[in-house]
Amino acid sequence: MTELNKLTAHELLERLKDKEITSGDIYSALQKRIKEVDSKVKAYVRLDTLNKLANQRTNEPENELKGLPITIKDNICTQGINTECCSKILQGFCPPYDATVINKLKNAGAEIFPLKANMDEFAFGSSTENSHFGPTHNPWDKACVPGGSSGGSAASVAADEAIWALGSDTGGSIRQPASFCGVVGLKPTYGRVSRYGLIAFASSLDQIGPLAKDVRDCSLLSQVIFGYDPNDSTSVNQDVPDFSKSLTKDIRGLKIGIPGEYFVDGMDAEVKTIIEEAINKLNSLGAVSAKVSLPHTEYAVPVYYIIATAEASSNLARFDGVQYGWRAKSDNLIEMYKKTRGEGFGDEAKRRIILGTFALSHGYYDAYYLRALKVRTLIKQDFDAAFKDFDCIVTPTSPTPAFKIGEKTQDPLKMYLSDIYTISVNLAGIPAISIPCGFTKKGLPVGLQIMAKPFDEAMLFRVAHTFEQNTDWHKSKPKL
Amino acid sequence: MKYQTVIGLEVHLQLKTKTKAFCSCAIDFGREPNSRVCPVCLGFPGSLPVYNKEALNYAIKAALALGAQVQEHTKFDRKNYFYPDLPKNYQISQYDLPLSRNGFLDITADGKSKRIGITRVHLEEDAGKLIHEADASLVDFNRAGIPLLEIVSEPDLNSAQEAFDYLTGLKNIIEYLDISDCDMEKGSLRCDANISLRPQGSKELGVKTELKNMNSFKGVKDALNFEAERQAELLESGQPMEQETRLWEAQKNMTVSMRTKEGAKDYRYFPDPDLTVFIIGREMISGIKDSLPELPVQKLRRFMKEYSLSEYDAGILVSSKKDAEFAEECLKKYPEKDKKNMANWLIGPLLSEANARNLNLHQLGVNPDELTSLIGFVQRQELSHLSAKSVLTRMLDSGKSAREIIKENNLLQISDTAELERIIAAVIRENEKSANDLKNGKTNALMFLVGQVMKKSSGKANPKIVQELIKRRIDNA
Repeated sequence: MTELNKLTAHELLERLKDKEITSGDIYSALQKRIKEVDSKVKAYVRLDTLNKLANQRTNEPENELKGLPITIKDNICTQGINTECCSKILQGFCPPYDATVINKLKNAGAEIFPLKANMDEFAFGSSTENSHFGPTHNPWDKACVPGGSSGGSAASVAADEAIWALGSDTGGSIRQPASFCGVVGLKPTYGRVSRYGLIAFASSLDQIGPLAKDVRDCSLLSQVIFGYDPNDSTSVNQDVPDFSKSLTKDIRGLKIGIPGEYFVDGMDAEVKTIIEEAINKLNSLGAVSAKVSLPHTEYAVPVYYIIATAEASSNLARFDGVQYGWRAKSDNLIEMYKKTRGEGFGDEAKRRIILGTFALSHGYYDAYYLRALKVRTLIKQDFDAAFKDFDCIVTPTSPTPAFKIGEKTQDPLKMYLSDIYTISVNLAGIPAISIPCGFTKKGLPVGLQIMAKPFDEAMLFRVAHTFEQNTDWHKSKPKL
Repeated sequence: MKYQTVIGLEVHLQLKTKTKAFCSCAIDFGREPNSRVCPVCLGFPGSLPVYNKEALNYAIKAALALGAQVQEHTKFDRKNYFYPDLPKNYQISQYDLPLSRNGFLDITADGKSKRIGITRVHLEEDAGKLIHEADASLVDFNRAGIPLLEIVSEPDLNSAQEAFDYLTGLKNIIEYLDISDCDMEKGSLRCDANISLRPQGSKELGVKTELKNMNSFKGVKDALNFEAERQAELLESGQPMEQETRLWEAQKNMTVSMRTKEGAKDYRYFPDPDLTVFIIGREMISGIKDSLPELPVQKLRRFMKEYSLSEYDAGILVSSKKDAEFAEECLKKYPEKDKKNMANWLIGPLLSEANARNLNLHQLGVNPDELTSLIGFVQRQELSHLSAKSVLTRMLDSGKSAREIIKENNLLQISDTAELERIIAAVIRENEKSANDLKNGKTNALMFLVGQVMKKSSGKANPKIVQELIKRRIDNA
């Protein structure tokens, strides 16, 4: 029998429907795989929970997902399963409630996998090196990072330690690791997926999204988790189309914009070639690509790091040792605050809290935060204008393939720049997908990013699926 | 030097909505600590606020009743500070786009109407409550997330009495709207005051003190009086004033320094990204406007017009919503066209009874029909005013009807002239000197004789008729 853990969700669903296999078989295959390879990949955290919770599985739900397991990033609340954002400060936090996406998955018959996926602490990072539990390794080259912050989710899917997974994307945290690990990752339109139960990093940018082995799985998972939620004021009441109809393998006549601002110095030459070949491929499939300008692109990184850190500094204020998580031993209240937060947060979290606190401070607010909000509007307007002429925009997901573990940890600015192609999408609130589009000579995957106008994820699936079905990149597996 | 006192008040009202401001927890006082909580009001990781439309509705009501302009665009902001009773370590409040601005409240000062400006009325969430024990401090989050209305006045108040009148007027309006219990002792109304002094005629504001920890309107007044005096003494002695926050200690009847200005606090306000900017439509505002109940000022004007009451009398009756409703019921049921009599009874004997019993008018439990019946006896001269008051007391004590009490105690006034003549004859016989005095024009003697008749009749004689009969008898003698 093929190893079930290597199959896609839609392949497994076929077999489950035909009663060829049970979801228990899949679960066992995953368990076995994790025991074999996770010591090398470290996609999961708190491994002891696997056996502890394995017996609590529900039986073969009758609903559409038929008990298919799904891996969840450690910042999405799962009732009864610890959710710690890979931070010491949330040590032992076991949510008394499920995030809305978890509810939706359970209602659809999915099995929430009891192991949570590794991530940069509070999603602060692009390499999963900022995890309190230590870094995840890239399945394609264990000396390399898997990207981040959803590095655990991406690596688990790439290493066949998961069928599919949920991540979260604030500035590229789904797409960049998807690109580094050679899987498909989608950042939905802001407001498309409920954030209720997602432990907030930057509330105006965060979105939960799927990571999967192919575009069909990605669309299938989107179908389940998308939709309005009255518990999230920022979720949008907009109809979700039937995405299976988007998988047409036909992109003839589609207009694809190629932003000049994304092909500049600092971009890896190999990545550039691979992306250009991918664009040629799209043209050969009938799409028509042309240059488009997104003139405010250069401001995206500074604007992002002001808005995201400002929101984060306030969102993370609640971690103070009073109600849950880590509390340092101390004699009085102020000492408790200082020690708890001093010991509980890692360096990057502290750096961002300080940055954000500064940006919101009296006397700096107008110059930084308010100005950043204004430029954010300009960036959004760039996209509005571009989508008047184009159906989608295609760019690299990241300027480089996966970099070495430790390569950028000493230089936060360099690390921040690895999100240069993904950040604008979050600032503009538009959807974007990353799909495998080639490998470097050293065998590292490269991702192609496709962006569309708000709520047009169907366009992303259509283009991505057509490309994928006419290439073989998604079929390659890392050797572990 | 003469100083002018300048006071501004910041009032917080707990709104009595069914559920909290940003979650669906019930607002339910006096329950087991932390039993009315959920992930949202506990600020649990991942939880998100959703604003309560009822709270918004209440807030708009208050704003409109205070003559404020409701802003079409409004938003919630985060006020960031660390405190263990604040679950998220930020409070959802409103900063630069408050729900409404530019309201007012009229008070009476020196017999004249004075308009006190209201800077802003906005909505925010309440914090939890700390309970300090010997070896630990505990937090009860039942209160966390209850909608609070913040009402900030302009520094238009110039005395502690004006501040007191402003609070009384505000409470009255809110009571009419029925949106808060306004109970300062229970914390559903809280008031902080800013006070400074400046030389009479000066335009510049002096150094202010912020006063906290008052838990009654009287406490606010006392604290402000104390503070005005303290500041005047400081200024007189030429000592420099420092901006500070002081706490009122009711037992000691004084304010004590809590903290001096430690550099302006930086709350790092910014728009709450979890709650989108929202637009309050003109239609919604006019809908709420149309549904506003009759407010104290309107009721006062109407009472004056419909019941021919003086402003003073009407003012007493409308100073509490339930009292006004009770009074109106009595006035309506009173059959005479001239309502003055009933009004006099309400603000006279009834109000004294209420004060004596520490109750409000409407709490006396008087049936308006019974009151009408009692007044009827007096009108028909079957009962003296004096007896009627004692009947009222007995009605309140026993719950019996006026008729029953009058009958049981044989209190009906004697208006039967034959019987009165008999008593008068006896009195004149016994007081010949006074009768002669009266005859010789000493009018004082008349009252003496009437008094004697009253005495002999055990107070039941109708004094007016007695007077007439005595005069006639003496004149004809």
